[in-house]
Amino acid sequence: MVGKNVKMEMRAVNFYYGKTQALFDVSIAIPEKRVTALIGPSGCGKSTFLRMFNRMNDIIDGTNHTGEVMIDGESIYQNNNSSAELRKKVGMVFQKSNPFPKSIFENVAYGPKIHGIKERTQLREIVENSLKAAALWEEVKDRLNKNATNLSGGQQQRLCIARALAVEPDILLMDEPASALDPKSTTRIENLISELQKNYTIVIVTHNMQQAARVSNYTAFFYEGHLVEFDKTNKIFTTPIKQQTEDYITGRFG
Amino acid sequence: MRNKKVTEYFLISLIRLVTYIVVAIVGYIIIDIFIKGLPTLSWEFISGFPRRSGAEGGILPAIVGTICLVTGAISVALPLGMASAIYLTEYAKQGRFKEIIGLAISTLAGVPSIVFGLFGLGLFVLFFGFGASILSGSLTLAFMILPTIIVSSEEALRAVPVTLREGSLALGASKWQTIARNVLPYALPGMFTGSILGIGRAAGETAPILLTVAAFYLPKLPRSIFDQVMALPYHLYVLATQHPEAEKVLPMQYGTALVLLLLVILFNLSAIILRNRFRKKIQW
Repeated sequence: MVGKNVKMEMRAVNFYYGKTQALFDVSIAIPEKRVTALIGPSGCGKSTFLRMFNRMNDIIDGTNHTGEVMIDGESIYQNNNSSAELRKKVGMVFQKSNPFPKSIFENVAYGPKIHGIKERTQLREIVENSLKAAALWEEVKDRLNKNATNLSGGQQQRLCIARALAVEPDILLMDEPASALDPKSTTRIENLISELQKNYTIVIVTHNMQQAARVSNYTAFFYEGHLVEFDKTNKIFTTPIKQQTEDYITGRFG
Repeated sequence: MRNKKVTEYFLISLIRLVTYIVVAIVGYIIIDIFIKGLPTLSWEFISGFPRRSGAEGGILPAIVGTICLVTGAISVALPLGMASAIYLTEYAKQGRFKEIIGLAISTLAGVPSIVFGLFGLGLFVLFFGFGASILSGSLTLAFMILPTIIVSSEEALRAVPVTLREGSLALGASKWQTIARNVLPYALPGMFTGSILGIGRAAGETAPILLTVAAFYLPKLPRSIFDQVMALPYHLYVLATQHPEAEKVLPMQYGTALVLLLLVILFNLSAIILRNRFRKKIQW
């Protein structure tokens, strides 16, 4: 089904929060340098699925899973100490923008500094490039030392994208990145996603069906922890195979 | 409807009255000490050595002693308390073990101060052989204020939004890097608030130092942490109850009380200033 190279893969994954199962036998192959949208009603496991790929579920006590999760053909859960290395490769943007209460510059430089880059000129270059890639540079270049929490919501979210890009990931996971933004900021984020797709594999959770249709090449529909259908976005939105998918995208439930 | 309003008015008035009473009591104590203590307060009183069992002269050794004890107690309790709080909030897994630790800490907070004194006497003075000394006294006070510092440090750490931790971890930071760079800096002001409370208690307590360090009458300054010292609260206790001329030394008592009060205020003030300086840098 997928013509491109497979970047991320899951094989028969079950996931549990304590005794509650959140994902049921999920298998998927996500193509490289494409945007894949995850849709489905609240609590259907989209975010859990997304957070499997950078092991963010690990930080919650009492979670466990079975099955295999792979990036570039390598299982990411095998080595227990590799989560930091993994997260360097797999960036994440959260639903609620979470700029650190530091300057704009320090926000973007945070990742590179963590990974050992100390030289000021190099950091400055990374910060500039990342902010440019996140389409924020022009708006903030004169106030890099101002506190990031003073930026508008849309700017904060683009800053978080810039911060994620600064560690040079291959993959960007986005958990409803525009759900708390006004329409104009949402459009900017969507344009940005289309732009970033050239260089990154992007997986985006969204509640907004139109958004999924606009930005993604592939769409996965989740329902109650099951991956119901995964295909090219235009196929999902025009001729879905499963009845559940059709019911959801036509707004009959969810 | 009307009845409801009357009840509400009555309750609010009551609550307000109780608050005023509390403020009035504190105000009375402070004003009383200031009025009666101020005449005694002089350069000689602060910088001089006591004579005739403290009936005359100054209280310098007691001031220095209390400063030594408080500094010692804080410099032991703050790192210990911060470390425990970091372990408990960031690393310890939810469960029986953590519950037991929590219970132990609240029990520690409820232990009467004289018991701490006996504990210090047994462990530091006798068992470790530190003798009656600044070291023994500071350690004893440190354990006494430890729960306060742990609890307020835990609260300060928990007040830092989870989203900041996630954001840092998602960038590939290790857990410790995340805590050191993106949690601790924002929790420090709250931790200082905890130490403010601790400092006040450490400076004012008599029972724990009674058995571990405080000298009845020692008109000289300490030379090492193994020396005994006088301390303000104990000196006050001695003047008020043990002194042969308790009535005559009343002005000295008030003077000592005033100095102790001022010292605690000074400690607190510097902690508050430090805290505000940190706080100014942070907003989320």
